[in-house]
Amino acid sequence: MLELALKGSKKYYGWMTALLAVIGVGFGCYLWQLSFGLGITGMSRDVSWGFYIAQFTFLVGVAASAVMLVLPYYLHNYKAFGKITILGEFLAVASVTMCLLFIIVDLGQPMRAFNVILYPTPNSILFWDMIVLNGYLFLNIVIGWQVLEAERNGVAPPAWVKPLIYISIPWAVSIHTVTAFLYCGLPGRGFWLTAILAPRFLASAFAAGPSFLILLCLLVRKLTRFDPGKEQIQTLAKIVTYGIILNVFFLLCEVFVVFYSKIPEHMDHMKYLYVGLHGHGVLVPWMWTSVALMVLSIILLVNPVTRTNEAVLSIACICVFFGTWIDKGLGMISGGFVPSPLHHVIEYVPTIPEIVITLGIYATGFLILTALFKMAISVKEELSA
Amino acid sequence: MENSRRTFLKIAGISALGLSAKPVLNAFAVSEHGGKKEAQVLTKKGALAAKRWAMVIDTRKLESAKDLEPVIEACHKIHNVPVFENKRHEIKWIWEEEFKHTFPDLENEYLNDRLKKLPFLVLCNHCTDAPCVRACPTKATFKQEDGIVEMDFHRCIGCRFCMAACPYGSRSFNFRDPRPFIKETNKKFPTRMKGVVEKCNFCTELLAEGKMPACVEASTGAIAFGDLENPESEVRKLLKSNYTIRRKVALGTGPAIYYIV
Repeated sequence: MLELALKGSKKYYGWMTALLAVIGVGFGCYLWQLSFGLGITGMSRDVSWGFYIAQFTFLVGVAASAVMLVLPYYLHNYKAFGKITILGEFLAVASVTMCLLFIIVDLGQPMRAFNVILYPTPNSILFWDMIVLNGYLFLNIVIGWQVLEAERNGVAPPAWVKPLIYISIPWAVSIHTVTAFLYCGLPGRGFWLTAILAPRFLASAFAAGPSFLILLCLLVRKLTRFDPGKEQIQTLAKIVTYGIILNVFFLLCEVFVVFYSKIPEHMDHMKYLYVGLHGHGVLVPWMWTSVALMVLSIILLVNPVTRTNEAVLSIACICVFFGTWIDKGLGMISGGFVPSPLHHVIEYVPTIPEIVITLGIYATGFLILTALFKMAISVKEELSA
Repeated sequence: MENSRRTFLKIAGISALGLSAKPVLNAFAVSEHGGKKEAQVLTKKGALAAKRWAMVIDTRKLESAKDLEPVIEACHKIHNVPVFENKRHEIKWIWEEEFKHTFPDLENEYLNDRLKKLPFLVLCNHCTDAPCVRACPTKATFKQEDGIVEMDFHRCIGCRFCMAACPYGSRSFNFRDPRPFIKETNKKFPTRMKGVVEKCNFCTELLAEGKMPACVEASTGAIAFGDLENPESEVRKLLKSNYTIRRKVALGTGPAIYYIV
C-alpha cells in the first residue's frame, strides 16, 4: 500500500519537499547538538528538562486521537466512526513517533539509548514509558495497516487483529498515565507532586488529540474526494467539549488545593507561571493566553449553535489545540523546575537551535502523517470510485 | 518470492523482539530466584569500610566563604570538575548556599544574624532511600552496600531523570565537553565526557585506598566522616552530643549529611 504515498499531485510533492527541507535544517542543527552537546539548548543545571521533553509530553496527548475513535466504534458499536478510525490511528502513529524522537534528541548520550534495554530497570518509570510508547506505536501501525489493507481488498480484517484492537484501548490510557508518573512520583517537585496529574494528562489528551483530528478531517474534506462525514466531526466535537471542560476543571481543582492550602512548595510554581515569582515571569502572558483560549473554546463548544457551525468549530479546535499546547508544551515542564528545589528562581527559555530541532521533529511527524493519510485516503477514494 | 520475503521479515522481527526481551526477563528472573549477582565488589587491603557512611558538618567551624573555599577547591580539583563561564553549563559537586536555600522549608524571617550570613556547604546527601537511584533507567546511578550513591559515567545515557528526581539539586550535567575546561587534570580520577550526569561520590576512590574524603581532609576538623551504624564512630559521637539538622527530612529520603548549627 505504501506505493499510494509515492504518487500524488504537484501540491503533494511540494508539501513533502517543504517538510523534507525543514527536516534537513533540523537534522543539521541536531548534528551540531550532537557534536557540541546539549549546551546549545537553553537548559541548565536547574531547569534540566526543557522544550523537547515538554513537546514529548504534549504529543503523548495527541496520540489519544486513536482511542477516542476506536473506543466508541469497537466497544459501543458506534458505526459512524468506522469510516475514520484509520485517521485516528495514523495520527497516533505520527504523534508517538515524534514522542520517541523528542526523547532521543533530549538524551545526552543517544548512542547509549539501548542501555535501557540492556540493563532493564523496572523501578524506573522511564523503562515503563519506553515499553508503553513503543507498544502503542506498534499496535497502531499493525492495526491501522491490517484494517486498511482488508478494506482495500474488500475482506474482513484477520481475526487476530481484534484482540490487538481491544488491547490498544487500555494501552492508550497507559501511555498518558505512565508519562504523568514520570513527573508526579518525584519528591521535592511540588508542582508535579499531585495525584491528579495523570487524570489531567488524560483530559487534555482527550481534548487535544480529537481537536487536531477534527481540523485534519476538515482539511481532508477540502483537499480530497473523501469526506470524513458531518456526523463524525460533530461526535468528535462533543468528545473535545468534554475533554477540555474536564481539563479546565482539573486545573481549577489544582488551583484550589494549591492556593487554599498555601503550602509554598506547591504554590510557588503556580505563582511563577501565572503571576511571576521574585520578578521573574517569562511564561505569565503565555499561561493567561492558554487560559483565555481554553475558556473561549469551552464557550464555543458548549453552545450547540456555534459547535455545529463547522467554521466556528474549527476556530474552537484551534483554541483547544494551542491552549493545551501552551499548558503542557510550555508551562508543565518549566513550571515544575522553577523555582528550583533550593528555591532559586532560574528561568528557562529555549534557544533558536533548540526550536529548529523541535520544528524538524514536527516536520518529520507531519511527513509521516501526510504519507499515511495519503495512503488511507487513496484507498478510500479507490473504493468509492 | 513475495511469500518468502514476508516469512523472512516475520522471523527477523520475532527474533529481534526475542533478543531484546532476554535481558528484561533476566532482570526479573534475578530478583525472583535470588540468582548469582553479575558483578562482585573487590575490596583492597587497608580500604576504609562502613555499613553506612555519613557526614557531620560543623558549621560553627566554617564561618565564612573563605573557610569553605579550600574544601570546595580540594574536591573539585581531585575530581576534575571543570570551570565554565556560562552559568547554565555549571558543574559542582560541593558548593555553598545560604541558609534559606539550604533549608528552604525552615525559612525564618527572624533567623539570627550568624545563620543568616553563614555560608553552608551542600553536596549529595547519599540518601538512604535515594529518589535518583529509583529514577535511573539504566542503573547508572546505584546504591553501594556502604550507603554511597555511586554513578557509572559510562552507562549513563544522559536522560537527566535523576536530576529531576533529586530534591537537593545535587546533580550536574555535562552540557558540553568538560575536558578543555579542567585547569589541571588529576590522572587518578576519570574525566567525564559531554552528555552524562555527575555528582559527589563521597570519594569512594579515596576510601578504597584507606584515605578520608578530600573535603574532610581539607576542612581541618570541621567535617567529620564515619560509619553511622557504629556507635563508636566520630559521627555518632558528634550526633550524640550536638543538635543536628538535615535537609528536607519531611521527604523521607534519609539524607546522610548532618549539620551542627
